[in-house]
This record gives sequence, C-alpha cells and structure tokens, in this order.
Amino acid sequence: MARMKFICDAERCIECNGCVTACKNEHEVPWGVNRRRVVTLNDGVPGEKSISVACMHCSDAPCMAVCPVNCFYKTDEGVVLHDKDICIGCGYCSYACPFGAPQFPSQGTFGVRGKMDKCTFCAGGPEANGSQAEFEKYGRNRLAEGKLPACAEMCSTKALLAGDGDMVADIFRNRVVKRNKGAEVWGWGTAYGSKQAGKPTQVEGVKK
Amino acid sequence: MMKRMSLIVLSVAALTACGEKAQNLGTKKDATAFSGAENHFVQPGWTAGDKNSWEQHLRARGQYGMNDHSRAP
Repeated sequence: MARMKFICDAERCIECNGCVTACKNEHEVPWGVNRRRVVTLNDGVPGEKSISVACMHCSDAPCMAVCPVNCFYKTDEGVVLHDKDICIGCGYCSYACPFGAPQFPSQGTFGVRGKMDKCTFCAGGPEANGSQAEFEKYGRNRLAEGKLPACAEMCSTKALLAGDGDMVADIFRNRVVKRNKGAEVWGWGTAYGSKQAGKPTQVEGVKK
Repeated sequence: MMKRMSLIVLSVAALTACGEKAQNLGTKKDATAFSGAENHFVQPGWTAGDKNSWEQHLRARGQYGMNDHSRAP
C-alpha cells in the first residue's frame, strides 16, 4: 500500500457538511473543535465551489517539523498522528499548518488552550488499537477495524475520497476522463500549484 | 547535634530529586493498523495481523464504497 490520502472533488461537493457531522459523531469531538470543515469560495455567488478540508497527512508535514516536544509521528501508511501525553498545547503546529488542521479545545489541561486535536484519518493514536483510552483521546480507530475514514464513507455525493493514494487517484482520474473536466478547475490542483490548473483538460482520445 | 540533624535533613531533601520520574521526549510505539482492534466493531472478511489481507480488504471496500462508476457506469 502506498500512502493514505484524502481528496475532495470540488465538482461534486454540495456543502452538505455530512463529513463534518460524521467526524464529530464518530469520534465524539468536543464542542468548539472541528477536525474537518467545509470551505466555500464565493459563497452565494453562482459558480461557488466547496471542498472539505482536514489534516492532509502531508508527506513532509510542517507540524512535525516545528513541534518543540516531538509529539508527532507517522505510521507506515503515511498517516500523521500525535501523542497527546507529550503535547504541551503550544500551538506552533497550528501556525505551521497550511490547512488549519490543528484544533485546540477551549477547556483542557492548560485552561484556555488544551492539548492539540486533529484529524487522525480515523487511525487513533499510540494507545492500544480500539481501546477505551484511545477512543477517549483520539476517537475511533476505524483503520484497525478494517474500515476507511467515516467522513469519506458518509459522503453522500462521494466527493470526498479517502484511502490508498493510488486507489483514490484512480477513482478521481476516471471521473475526470468521463466528465471531461475536473482536474483543471478550482480545487486541489490549484491548491498544490498544478501546471494544469486553469487550463483545459488534456486527455488523450477525448474530444473537447 | 543540631548541625548533624540539619545536614541529614538537607541530604534527604537533596536526594528527593533522584526519585523524580524521567520526562523522556519522543512518542510511544503505536501498533500497526493491520494488527486489528480490541473491540467488537472489527469488520469481518480479513485476517488481523495479515497486512496483505488488510490492504486487499480496504481496497475492495474503497472501490465498492467510493467508485460509483464501477457500480453504475
């Protein structure tokens, strides 16, 4: 298996917030903490686009680089996780993250800013897989249960895809080929500085 | 006598630091996802501890659950 990845199809996302709700419910995320959010550009204007954003489990994660207590670690599947027993709630990761993934509960060990909480790709934390201790700190460990992240599995339009990067890329590529557009429109291609962003789709054998 | 007593008390107080728990940085070891979970929510159809079985299971689940083109072309 390559690496676990998320991608949100901006052509399909209808801003229903089902992914946000699924995440909060699955992990019993406290009030004020949103591991996942739906971001809409040009809200209310015809042609508005929405994507669901959470931790992108970066290959070269800036949060890991800046953490002064080295509480982050990466699993074999490329999922970026952290140890709440080590986190001191300093917030450096929050400043470093380009996606706004790290969240801080307003009530916790440190009063105003508790220990950091973020999307775990439904992979829990360092505690024993599926244990109560793991659930209380990090939420459910769906990967160890043989499931994929709840947000993607719950997505009504299947805009949010999660899983092995190769599989997710294949599904998304197939969609782009079938509808003859998608990779060039606003979305991850733009966010990651794709050379194709803003240009017509170049797919062999498909008439424009 | 007082000097000796205070010396003993001070020595004992100084040694209490040796009893402090070590505050080691670094993360704990995490179990692999394919080793399974300790609860009743584990999906059937794959073998816990078998990485290949877990990967195949997740791939099939992803294709079935997310690739609607394969279900309704």
